[in-house]
Amino acid sequence: MEQRVRVFSIRQFTLRPLAWGDAVVLLGVAVLVYVGVRLALATPAVIHGPAISLSPRALPLYAGLSLARMGVAYLLSLFFSLVYGYLAAYNRRAEKILLPLLDVLQSIPILSFLPVVMLSLRAILPQHVAAELASVALIFTSQAWNLTFAWYQALTTIPKELREASTIFRFNGWLRLKTLELPFGAISLTWNSMVSWAGGWFFLMAAEIFTVGQRDFRLPGLGAYLSEAARQANLHALALGIGTLILLIIAMDQLVWRPLLAWSDRFSLELVESENPSTSWFYETLRASRVVESLGRHLLSPLSEHLDRALLRRFPAAVATAPEKAGTSLAVYPAAVLGGMGLLYGAGLAGDMLLKVPLAEWGAIGVGLVATLLRVAAALAIALAWTTPIGVAIGTNRRLAIWLQPLVQIVASVPATALFPVFLLLVLHLPGGLNLAALLLMLMGTQWYLLFNIIAGASAIPQDLKYTAALLQLNRWQRWITLILPALFPYIITGAITAGGGAWNASIVAEYVTFGGRTRQTIGIGALIAQATATGDYPLLLAATLAMILTVVAINRLVWRRFYRLAEERFRME
Amino acid sequence: MTTNSHLLELQHIHMIYTTGQRQFPAVQDVNLVVDEGEFVALLGPSGCGKSTLLRIITGLQAPTEGQVLYRGQPLHGVNPYATIVFQSFALFPWLTVQQNVEVALKARGVPPQPRSLRAIDLLDRVGLDGFETAYPRELSGGMRQKVGFARAMAVEPELLCLDEPFSALDVLSADALRGELLELWLGGGIPTRAILMVTHNIEEAVFMADRIVVMEKDPGRVVADLPVNLPHPRHHKGSEFLAVVDRVYATLAGQTEPEHVEMGTAPGEPGRTRALPLVTVNELAAVLEHLADVPHHRADIYRLADDLKINSDHLLRLTEAAELLGFATVAQGDISLTPLGETFAAASIVARKEIFATRIRRLPLFRWLLAMLAAADNHQIEADVAQTALGLDFPPPEAERQIETAVGWGRYAELLAYDDRHGVIYLEPGGVR
Repeated sequence: MEQRVRVFSIRQFTLRPLAWGDAVVLLGVAVLVYVGVRLALATPAVIHGPAISLSPRALPLYAGLSLARMGVAYLLSLFFSLVYGYLAAYNRRAEKILLPLLDVLQSIPILSFLPVVMLSLRAILPQHVAAELASVALIFTSQAWNLTFAWYQALTTIPKELREASTIFRFNGWLRLKTLELPFGAISLTWNSMVSWAGGWFFLMAAEIFTVGQRDFRLPGLGAYLSEAARQANLHALALGIGTLILLIIAMDQLVWRPLLAWSDRFSLELVESENPSTSWFYETLRASRVVESLGRHLLSPLSEHLDRALLRRFPAAVATAPEKAGTSLAVYPAAVLGGMGLLYGAGLAGDMLLKVPLAEWGAIGVGLVATLLRVAAALAIALAWTTPIGVAIGTNRRLAIWLQPLVQIVASVPATALFPVFLLLVLHLPGGLNLAALLLMLMGTQWYLLFNIIAGASAIPQDLKYTAALLQLNRWQRWITLILPALFPYIITGAITAGGGAWNASIVAEYVTFGGRTRQTIGIGALIAQATATGDYPLLLAATLAMILTVVAINRLVWRRFYRLAEERFRME
Repeated sequence: MTTNSHLLELQHIHMIYTTGQRQFPAVQDVNLVVDEGEFVALLGPSGCGKSTLLRIITGLQAPTEGQVLYRGQPLHGVNPYATIVFQSFALFPWLTVQQNVEVALKARGVPPQPRSLRAIDLLDRVGLDGFETAYPRELSGGMRQKVGFARAMAVEPELLCLDEPFSALDVLSADALRGELLELWLGGGIPTRAILMVTHNIEEAVFMADRIVVMEKDPGRVVADLPVNLPHPRHHKGSEFLAVVDRVYATLAGQTEPEHVEMGTAPGEPGRTRALPLVTVNELAAVLEHLADVPHHRADIYRLADDLKINSDHLLRLTEAAELLGFATVAQGDISLTPLGETFAAASIVARKEIFATRIRRLPLFRWLLAMLAAADNHQIEADVAQTALGLDFPPPEAERQIETAVGWGRYAELLAYDDRHGVIYLEPGGVR
């Protein structure tokens, strides 16, 4: 059970203090956003989105399109992660640059890029190509970092003696990858793929429904179908769309992720049998199938043997163990200088554009940041208030957990962004409607991470301590204060970090909506970014996007990391 | 060049680790020759660099200085004629027993058919027939190590290196496996020309090896090369066997030097900084109490290992601590309590703390630490700061262990207090002078 919930604690900080490397990375991000904004200048003021059919017959196609975008982005990020992680793990010099980069990148609210990416791609490409690319790029950035981190961590924690064994038996790079590195990373890669995939839905839906003012960036897909259905208040289509989405998610879970998990169990490093291994009916069916077995024996095994031998012949194991040289090759310096100059030049141009932002708008950015921060905090507080008791109840009760967990997992993997149009339909006419809808979206995006982590934390409280608490006759209040809350602390923090990031993301789509032909907005940084996108106020777009990125990174570094360290050092039960 | 008769020759091997500005020698000027037909044991306490040496010999690591000759040829990179059996077995948990053996052959380009036959044959020879399709996690420790041996044999190494191969096993499995290995080796059933075994277990070395190369730490170096001229099979309780064990203990323990040399200098001062033996006060007290109970308060160290059920490595650290603090003296493999040690063993808890406090105050490392605390604001410093300061004398992990041990001793003596939450060391009133 612990394993099953481990998924959702994905943020693994390196616990580094703020360093100059971070400044360089942030500067790079700023220049990148600036380049995007510059490109966006050429974006037409009115963009017509695709016509979305609400016919049930269109649904399979839309589902297929959405799935294809997810698949392409996932494969891209997997490939990227393998290469990036490999470089970071095996090249000392690369590690020094790649790790801080990864660290900053994974705390940037990805959706803040959405408008800039959409606009800039639209400026240079036809609408549907631009929107497709933007959605894939967005999903990619949401999926890649934790996969990369997982792979990097796997590579750097391979036991020394296993590594030495593969060297002394003269494995070449391929055999090492196949026999040692990939199997060692398999479990963590699989779990993180699941997380990435679930997160990807959120961003895909956001990209598919993205519309600001006269600019309609929607993509034909499940998300657009749902938003169109909500816009037309077509309840029948809404139900069909949500049903299809849930079906798709369940199918992926049952036919892809569960079998993969069950399969990856064999790569457990533990030298004892796992007590409750992952199970999957589909995997068992596949294993029992004659066709699959003979396919494996007559096709896959010979093929892999062939490949192994060819690669072993082509790339024999390196014989010499070259002593590590600390020197830097000469080519690096000019490249670094050139890169640095480019960065500074870009930063100068960006600064120039930022100077065009009037003081009043800076004030609005400040107010917006505070408003969104309050909203995020409120969403976190509400989520914490209901998930803590429920999570503890589930986590400490095995029978309840076994029964509820799959259900909760399915519900949790329905992307909140897909439901957002439905919220709008329901609450927009209420007083403070958009505020409420935005809060609801943030809540939907945050609560599950918290719930899963709290369940995990509660189920990890050692039985001995529970007995002790009972023997000491602690009352309910004392038990919570002395045992349960301290034991949950690390899990709550991990959950809250992930959840907080999700809430900031949600603000982009939630604070400014074009619904039923009318545009509504509330006060917030997300609203400012969306508004700047709609009106083509590019300096404001740049300023607001950068302000949001900086704020979130700073909060991560200055607040969460401190809590995280505290949790690691004082409340870890090990 | 050298004569070709040596299988392996180490010439002036140095291994130096550099942290920041400081250099720490892990292995210092080791010269060693291994000939065909020899079974050599590399014996020494942990931290003496014997495992590092093994990695240099197999080419996994390049020495900072010096040269490894294999059959007279300088070694560059991994030695293709050598292999290692690892302490932790180093089996791939996701491969079956047979695949684990086969993968070593696969890497050398052996085609599937002969590969599989050879693996099955080897597993048969180590007594694992019937377990070919089992996964390592299904096997006991002893059986896992048999797979480790089978895998090593698969590549037909000339030089078989064993890195504490029995120390992760239970006593019975270890005994059985030692016997089986000796049988294979002595019976000539394997193409191996020489065996080099790293161990910290003295009896194991005497039981198996033809020669014992004794190493010491700080810095790691060879201090003795003892031949073991006992016929096989050897018996653990035989008097000749025990005589050799006693002699090895005598070599390893009680290299007592004049007091000022033994105590070393304080950190930061010129000269050798004396490292604290990494033991707890409770363990030390247990040894002293045990000695107080034996006749004449004197015992053979090797017997002590048996009586106290601790390994020789650990025991040697304890005897070193007892000697350093003046509670015992060590000579010719015997340890005897000093009057002070007798007093300590018989004293009450409070009295013990006082005795201990006066004894550790004499140690340069404590003098240094207490002086630093006394000079600090509020008589407190962060443990990290102390550790960094020690970093000039020890490599970082050792500095951390030293501070940990010092805090443990200082807390017992009520000279220091330690706040784990903030990682701060405080001076207790008793520590102020």
